Amino acid sequence: MYAIDHHDYGTPPSDSQVRVTVEIDGTPLEVPEGTSVMRAAALAGTSIPKLCATDSLKAFGSCRLCLVEIEGRRGYPASCTTLVADGMKIRTQSDKLAQLRRGVVELYVSEHPLDCAGCPADGHCELQDMAKLHGVTENVFAKDGRCSERITHESKARVQALMTDNSNPYFSFDPALCIACSRCVRACDETQGTLALTISGRGLASQVSASAAELFIDSECVSCGACVEACPTAALSEKSIAALARPAEKSVTTTCAYCGVGCSLKAEVIDGQVSRMVPNRDGHANNGHACVKGRFAYGYATHPDRIKAPMIRAKITDPWREVSWDEAIQHSANEFRRIQAKYGRDAVGGITSSRCTNEEVYLVQKLIRAAFGNNNVDTCARVCHSPTGFGLKQTLGESAGTQTFMSVMKSDVAIVMGANPTDGHPVFASHLKRALRAGAQLIVIDPREIALVRTPHIEAAYHLQLRPGTNVAIISALAHVIVTEGLVKEEYVSQRCEKEAFDKWRSWVADPRHSPEATEEVTGVPAATVRGAARLYAAAKNGSIYYGLGVTEHSQGSTTVLGIANLAMATGNLGREGVGVNPLRGQNNVQGSCDMGSFPHEFPGYRHVSDDSTRHLFEGAWGVELSDEPGLRIPNMFEAALDGSFKGMYIQGEDLAQSDPNTLHVVAALSALECVVVQDIFMCETAKFAHVLLPGSSFLEKDGTFTNAERRISPVRKVMEPIAGLADWEITQRLSNALGYPMNYQHPSEIMDEIARLTPTFHGVTYEKLEQQGSIQWPCNAEAPEGTPTMHIGSFVRGKGKFFVTEYVATPERVNGRFPLLLTTGRVLSQYNVGAQTRRTQNNVWHSEDTVEIHPHDAEVRGIAHGDWIGIVSRAGETVLRADVTDRVQPGVIYTTFHFPESGANVITTDNSDWATNCPEYKVTAVQVVKVSKPLDWQLRFRENRESRLPSRREVARETL
Amino acid sequence: MHAEMLVRMVNQIAEFYGTGSAPDIAANETLSHLKRMWAPRMCKQIVEIGSDDPGLSPISRVAVGLLAAAQAQKRVAG
Repeated sequence: MYAIDHHDYGTPPSDSQVRVTVEIDGTPLEVPEGTSVMRAAALAGTSIPKLCATDSLKAFGSCRLCLVEIEGRRGYPASCTTLVADGMKIRTQSDKLAQLRRGVVELYVSEHPLDCAGCPADGHCELQDMAKLHGVTENVFAKDGRCSERITHESKARVQALMTDNSNPYFSFDPALCIACSRCVRACDETQGTLALTISGRGLASQVSASAAELFIDSECVSCGACVEACPTAALSEKSIAALARPAEKSVTTTCAYCGVGCSLKAEVIDGQVSRMVPNRDGHANNGHACVKGRFAYGYATHPDRIKAPMIRAKITDPWREVSWDEAIQHSANEFRRIQAKYGRDAVGGITSSRCTNEEVYLVQKLIRAAFGNNNVDTCARVCHSPTGFGLKQTLGESAGTQTFMSVMKSDVAIVMGANPTDGHPVFASHLKRALRAGAQLIVIDPREIALVRTPHIEAAYHLQLRPGTNVAIISALAHVIVTEGLVKEEYVSQRCEKEAFDKWRSWVADPRHSPEATEEVTGVPAATVRGAARLYAAAKNGSIYYGLGVTEHSQGSTTVLGIANLAMATGNLGREGVGVNPLRGQNNVQGSCDMGSFPHEFPGYRHVSDDSTRHLFEGAWGVELSDEPGLRIPNMFEAALDGSFKGMYIQGEDLAQSDPNTLHVVAALSALECVVVQDIFMCETAKFAHVLLPGSSFLEKDGTFTNAERRISPVRKVMEPIAGLADWEITQRLSNALGYPMNYQHPSEIMDEIARLTPTFHGVTYEKLEQQGSIQWPCNAEAPEGTPTMHIGSFVRGKGKFFVTEYVATPERVNGRFPLLLTTGRVLSQYNVGAQTRRTQNNVWHSEDTVEIHPHDAEVRGIAHGDWIGIVSRAGETVLRADVTDRVQPGVIYTTFHFPESGANVITTDNSDWATNCPEYKVTAVQVVKVSKPLDWQLRFRENRESRLPSRREVARETL
Repeated sequence: MHAEMLVRMVNQIAEFYGTGSAPDIAANETLSHLKRMWAPRMCKQIVEIGSDDPGLSPISRVAVGLLAAAQAQKRVAG
């Protein structure tokens, strides 16, 4: 069932620039060539009856309900599969058409229960609509005996044989309501790209089947929900709707608060509560698609664990005391001022949240710079994509990705490096898989065999399965092939790049020590594979690069980003659709938090604090003198806390104690602070070290904007009132006022107006424009009033692109006899980041604990079997996880996730970091593993005291049985 | 901050800028990076550690020396 306010055009739009004129029921109409007759009629305001068609899927022509008459043609063609032609005259209504359509509807109704009252789709069922339209109110075959005996007998037998599949936590499948229109099957194929569904059986026995007639929960289904939305009846329907048993009252278009894809969603609301989320088909990033997190896992917003009142305590060993907002805010302000009076102005700082809105992030950095009077502000991008900001700024001139997500549809070759899009950025993965099915080729560079490497439907042309920590060596080897085999786009480089830097780079990378043959020993990737991949990428008409944290979270993270930009410039793959350098950013607003001035050395818009004109601009607007020197980064804050020179932190929605590396070090630093103010929606791990807890608001409880990895600014709209009474921007504003630095915004739009005034790349951004356009990709200003989908067209932001020499330097984190394996980390589809949100949803059904993947060889020599507890020891610490014995990882490498605090993944990661940005090296930790009998004591305590989580798949299965 | 860590960080930066560049250029690039990216207290501490610290690489030593001179000049100017 699609969104309650969706007007469906039946088939997708044509992107042809050629216009043709047709006549629909006597009215002339001009439409793009390639448009279906059904869509043309819908554009003319005429809805042709249909059941198997919807405008997110290619025309199928199976239901035979959309028949029309076309002048000069025989018969009654299906309007969904018939394309318009210039001069075509179409008749959508006639007695004969009505008769034919009614007959079709009668057949469908004969196979469908007629008890609409109480059905979850009542009022939004397309079969119900068709029946009403054609005056079909009963099973005529049962009534007059036409074929009745056979049909009713088979129907009853079929219905009795089928049981409703309730195995998925979010939706159910009732085969009795299925009309076998194939929309769900096609949605799984075309929209999601998993191909988990099929129509099994023939004739009246046809039915939808998940994988090989399995329960949905046991099938290949990834619970994206595309099938549920595509279903025209309630055969596939959200359990949330069935539970509420009445239609939604309104639909609010907002933006997903999970990954950096930033899907546009429609929140359907009943009594101020979300009844379901439906992806917005006009959403520019997601094109009407979503994943199991965005579509279904929003229940955390109303989870009982939400903090509903401010709390304070004198010491972190004291119990919490609920207080009023005024007391909590004033106490926080007093503490920060006390600390500054005693230890100095620079003894306090703060962290902005990449989960909060742009407006909220902007206010926190403003508070720190203007009210605290220093630049001690940082954000979670420090631990994820800070090397992206640094590397792309140096080479291209702007700290952001270059394309739209849909640009991948025009790629001939895509490189995915250090990213796992099917799990981390699922909707982008669906776009990519669509491009691959259409003929594009894929190169995967990853130590692990991610899902994109090989499925029954797609296969990467090359998988460069390198050893963790050797990214720079592999990038140099690719570049070596491009340079030495004459694959450089010389004209592009000579026109668009700095000659001296390019010549230096070319000469350096051509050295035989960078050849695939020479680097093979370091990377572990066969030279022939590297050469093949390099040739494929360089020869592509359009070659694109997508990368993730597997690139950035290394001691040479920034070097790899520089190297990636070198590759793209050398091959002329920047500045048009289908190409580019595209960081897949982790959190919903991590791009925005960086844009908004969350780094200690940069004001909003990536302008250095030492730049006098920028600083004077902000001083004039904010009415205070600002520091011209960089502040402390997160790891520097921890170090300063431990040496006693840093004493207070204001932490907006960031769980440092779980997400940052070397947990023991982080915990020691947080414990050393005299005042920690945590603003969060849950009692997160960091809150355990807090003196003040300010209850924040979820994305459903406020207005604002998020900026995704495409630089797309999208609106966040309030769906319900803040559970604790205040939106995060209101909390920060109150704290600032209590600190004596007045803020008086009445609405987030006023904050955006200020951002736009002070930030050149945002000069043209307004809430009114967001309302009109739906979203805006910055830069948006006088030069680009509607925004900039593709960057660096014609020239780079910095003028000429700059090549950098990128020497490979082995990480100091080396394997040896004591720590012979390398641990690397990542994500799973169903959980998100530190899990604070998804752990409080039924997504636990798929992943209720972090496990460690280990290769069968490494497991065997240690006597480890699948499911055993294994102790993992590094130079930083130790933890215990269950073993997942699999050849997804290569020998010598183990892999885990960090979605559950009791896993302690970051207890074992070290404090090695990127040379330029201090981004931690999460991806390479030397470890040893041994079989043990149980988790560590602290882990057992954690598991016992875990938040009231929902049951795992195993537990659900037991309940179902 | 731990002196050892600061020394390691400067060396990493110097190592990057030192590849394929003359030592004086690399030292200046390292200096520029420190001034643009490091908080003043970190710069102050590395200067206190001193350009003759045996843990510093040759380029790092020059860069730290330049940083010390820049700080002295700033104190005089300020």
